[in-house]
Amino acid sequence: MTLQAVYVLWLREVKRLVRARSRLIANLIQPLLILAILGFGLSYAKLPGLRLSYLDFLAPGMVIVAVALSSMTSGVSVIWDRQFGFLKEVLVAPVSRLSIVVGKALGGSTVATLQGLAILAVSVLLGVQINILGLLPGLTFILLTSIFAVGLGLIIASKVNDFEGFGLIMNLLVFPLILLSTAFFPLESAPNWMKGVIYLDPLTYAVDGLRGAIVGGSAMPLTLDLTILSGLCALTMLLGAYLFGKCEI
Amino acid sequence: MTKIFNGGLVAIDRVSFNVEEGEIFGFLGPNGAGKTTTVKILSTLLRPTSGMAKVCGYDVVKQPDKVRRSIGIVFQEPALDDRLTGRENLDFHARMYGMNRRQRERRIKEVLELVGLTDRADDLVKNYSGGMKRRLELARGLMHSPKVLFLDEPTLGLDAQSRRAIWDYVLRMNREEGVTIFLTTHYLEEAEFLAKKVAIIDKGKIIALDTPSGLKDLMGRDVITLSCTKPQVLVEALKGEGWVKDVKLFDSSHLSIYVERGEGKVPKVVKLAEELGVEVASISLRKPTLEDVFIHLTGKAPRDEEGGKVGWWPPWRRRA
Repeated sequence: MTLQAVYVLWLREVKRLVRARSRLIANLIQPLLILAILGFGLSYAKLPGLRLSYLDFLAPGMVIVAVALSSMTSGVSVIWDRQFGFLKEVLVAPVSRLSIVVGKALGGSTVATLQGLAILAVSVLLGVQINILGLLPGLTFILLTSIFAVGLGLIIASKVNDFEGFGLIMNLLVFPLILLSTAFFPLESAPNWMKGVIYLDPLTYAVDGLRGAIVGGSAMPLTLDLTILSGLCALTMLLGAYLFGKCEI
Repeated sequence: MTKIFNGGLVAIDRVSFNVEEGEIFGFLGPNGAGKTTTVKILSTLLRPTSGMAKVCGYDVVKQPDKVRRSIGIVFQEPALDDRLTGRENLDFHARMYGMNRRQRERRIKEVLELVGLTDRADDLVKNYSGGMKRRLELARGLMHSPKVLFLDEPTLGLDAQSRRAIWDYVLRMNREEGVTIFLTTHYLEEAEFLAKKVAIIDKGKIIALDTPSGLKDLMGRDVITLSCTKPQVLVEALKGEGWVKDVKLFDSSHLSIYVERGEGKVPKVVKLAEELGVEVASISLRKPTLEDVFIHLTGKAPRDEEGGKVGWWPPWRRRA
């Protein structure tokens, strides 16, 4: 692995994402709108397993949604690089494919993590009570989520070659993943058959872990969330790197 | 080397050639002839199905990293990040090739000057014109001082003026940096203008390889071009004449007649046409160009598009 190459790929990723300011803001507005509207609109909601105010319950979920969407977009941007030819410039350089994947993942997760923290900050302003001591473990969950999602984006990008296919994947895969992640309702209030599906959703462990860390009230032990999410993270990154290494142009 | 794609398409078929250090080598052929496939194999982006290739002494399959370090490439389609500035694109490239800060700063300045982009270096690439993007890519290809620079259709889609400018830069790079240049093109005058040696490739096979003048000597003949009525009749008659080396009919009304010492043959052709009752609309005599060699070798029939003017451009040329 070449450190300078990792660094410059990271730098490019961050520069590109920061320069696409409108998308950066759009990525923040959506989860914040959901948080404010549902958080206050459902403030009297009573659900089995809901031990917090709905706003407090929803906040970690929206952070994860923002982080996952932003990271996935950056992983998937390989499609754009391929379409606009830049991928060739990267692949022909004397740099290992692993460095390329790591640089891209770090760049995407840097921006995603900052976005997640921005949502967290706004939610504190909205009145969410967060546990300061939980910030560090919380940050770990945010980082893992973003790396997982970049890897997932890379996998999608290696299989999908056009923008239309990408839209389809976002609607058929990502949207259900978000809805099922227990970001919106507690695990306990779902019927049993649905619980099975929820356990299969990687984002469940991200949402549950972050919730446990910063506002409390997680459905599973944090160590379990952490272990499963780390494993999934490693899996998608390795698979993403492998598929990316094989891609021809 | 040979490359067969999944699905059985034979992109290049037992292609073999040698490029001397420091020369500009032209790889000439119509679209789909296998030029880009050859470049991709030589630049390690594709593996050959069989055979082998060495670049700067390194095997493209076994030592891809060493090959990548020794070469620079300008791809057929633009490969710039248009959300970065020109300078940032060059800096990205330099870091990918492991150059340190001092080398980077010095080299960026040099290559920007070489292609005349110093003033626009800090503009976002999306605000560049097509010609400027190409120049930036040429500059980037040279950033890490490669021994060999691959240029895949460097002037495709550019207007005549930008094309001339690119040619000048290419010659300058070759002269000032001593870099070996492997150029693919389907513009015959481009190969003729730039290359010291030319390989003509068609349908995946190299059908000629020589200097431009050597290729022309290969024909050693003058070309009489004429447009007339009933060309078929004239073709048949000409084929029977001993002094006619070859006749090619293209379009429905144009002929190329290959002869020696063409000055003396023009009246003969006209006389023959009159005897046959064929009306000659126009006639011209030319010494052979690379273009004629190409048409002669590939048998591709150029067509006349603009009525009176004899169409010397093969169909694939007229797109741009």
